[in-house]
Amino acid sequence: MAATLRDVTTYDLKLAAPLAAGFILFFVTPLVILLALSFQTDPQGGHYGLTQYVAFLGDSFSLGVLGSTLWLGVKVTVLTLLLGYPVAWLHQRSPAWARGLIMLLVLLPLLTSVVVRTFAWVVILGRQGIVNATLAWIGLIDTPLKLLYTEGGVVVALAQVQMPLMVLPIITALSRIDPNFADASSVLGAGHWRTFRKVILPLSLPGIVAGCLLTYAAAITAFITQSLIGGGQMLFMPMYIYQQASTLQNWPFAAAISIVFLVSVLVVVSIFNALGRLSRGYANA
Amino acid sequence: MVSASPNGPASPRGQTLLLDGITQRYGASLAVNEVTLDIRGGELVALLGPSGCGKTTLLRIIAGFLAQTKGHVMVGGKSVDGLPPNRRSVGIVFQNYALFPHMTVEENVAYGLDARGVDRATQRSEAQRMLDLVKLGHLGDRTPRQLSGGQQQRVALARALAVNPSILLLDEPFAALDKNLRLDMQIEVKRIQRLSGITTILVTHDQEEALSMADRVAVLSQGRLEQFSPPTEIYDAPDSLFVNTFVGSANLLGGVLVDSDRSAGRVRLDAGGLIETRAPKGDLRPGSRVTVCLRPEHLSVDPATGDAETLNGVVEMGLPLGATVVHEIRVGDGTAVKVSEPRIQRTDLLAPGTPVRLAPVAPRLASVFAAA
Repeated sequence: MAATLRDVTTYDLKLAAPLAAGFILFFVTPLVILLALSFQTDPQGGHYGLTQYVAFLGDSFSLGVLGSTLWLGVKVTVLTLLLGYPVAWLHQRSPAWARGLIMLLVLLPLLTSVVVRTFAWVVILGRQGIVNATLAWIGLIDTPLKLLYTEGGVVVALAQVQMPLMVLPIITALSRIDPNFADASSVLGAGHWRTFRKVILPLSLPGIVAGCLLTYAAAITAFITQSLIGGGQMLFMPMYIYQQASTLQNWPFAAAISIVFLVSVLVVVSIFNALGRLSRGYANA
Repeated sequence: MVSASPNGPASPRGQTLLLDGITQRYGASLAVNEVTLDIRGGELVALLGPSGCGKTTLLRIIAGFLAQTKGHVMVGGKSVDGLPPNRRSVGIVFQNYALFPHMTVEENVAYGLDARGVDRATQRSEAQRMLDLVKLGHLGDRTPRQLSGGQQQRVALARALAVNPSILLLDEPFAALDKNLRLDMQIEVKRIQRLSGITTILVTHDQEEALSMADRVAVLSQGRLEQFSPPTEIYDAPDSLFVNTFVGSANLLGGVLVDSDRSAGRVRLDAGGLIETRAPKGDLRPGSRVTVCLRPEHLSVDPATGDAETLNGVVEMGLPLGATVVHEIRVGDGTAVKVSEPRIQRTDLLAPGTPVRLAPVAPRLASVFAAA
């Protein structure tokens, strides 16, 4: 009896071996190689040192690319939050049939390829695209606006592409809030706005933090959308790394900026995580 | 004891509440059907009924969460129809208390004052005074999660009363408490209600709670008001068969009305015997089929063989229940009748199979309704 009970509660580490092996082979090993590569002083091999890091951190162009990438993530995250929160809110307040519809619309982008979605944005934002055509037809503009290949275009396209990552955690957080809280607040004399600001928003913070984390991480590494909507003039970290590695064959430098990028992202992620821990104190009633 | 909040009207407590022909329709079904309740200022009224009877719907209508299909809600003689909840001056204690988990106890209590733009210092002192009233003055900086169920309920009560509402609504407030604590809290809530003199509506499915706490009880069934009377009247003189069976327990016996006047009636029971009853409800003529309701304590058991003019039966089972003894008697027409007697009068249990005669302990206790 005791033996069978133990069989249920204990587990055999050997069962995890295939996954662990795959993880070590395809994730840890490349990362270690990348790290080692980043310390090479010369693309042709040879000595090891901090040359590549010194080059990156001493180069205002490189730092500019890193800065604009991290800043792009902030802009996308803020826009996604501003657009996504009302969608999650609407979902929470809708009857069952409308909830299904909203959920479908939210999930739809995930069901199509990123490339397809991004090309759709090229069509929408282009000189002869839907936006320009509509504005011209209404008579608001005479010459087409430049929308494609602008940072604004990149932010909007990324916000749409990453929307589900923001909306889903917020829906989860909102659905866990007792509807009596809003009723209690309004009976105590609070209007809708105060109820939202003092009760709903604080209690949905864990969802907001999780959504922002996912959106931010996805936005700054979105190679395809950044490159296709941003075009040649705008350079963000993923494309920068790609150019260094593939076009210029400068593998050590590419490895070094990858590591710098990785560390920067980890810093941002840990800040979000710290916020998440703080906000979680609120949620579980 | 409780002074008016700075922004409130001069003396908002003890307001009258009139529910005038309230009807609530959900699609084809009527959740509340033409309910009229005239509630006096400072009164504690219980809305009592089984789940689905419409009592919670009525509460939500009074609070303003729900706009009634028909009828009017008047507080202090003024209509509040169309006013949103935040402008109705009602306080609610929810079944799960709904204390804001991200605020301290004091912030919870001060929430309504803050919403009314009361300055911070007054908020603090008022919140402290309300917490003192519910005997939790020392726990202001805890969070709700750190409190026991009974303490959370006190906080919820303090939060509801802090804004000095005209009407206090209690939505099954004791359901989540264990039995001993429930009685303590019922006494406590009643004390605070008396002290503040606030008109209070208690929604409950627990008849004991309704009977013990309320000045008057409104019994609801399927959206209709069955009876609105003081507790003793609800118990002793039920208006309908539903009230008689829902409140307390009742033995139902079929029979034929022999004669009746304004004060009494006589019924020949199918199980045998003639019984003197209260005046029948409704327009019943002699010869009508009726249902007689006899509460277990209305009968006494006499271990003797009766005749054709008495209600006779055989003991099925006897249960000693502390202060009382309950016998189950199978009477002439096969109905099982429960009889409850004080043990001080009957120390010995009757053995199953004993033939007995049942007699009312006093005349005109039984209620009579038209047979269903």
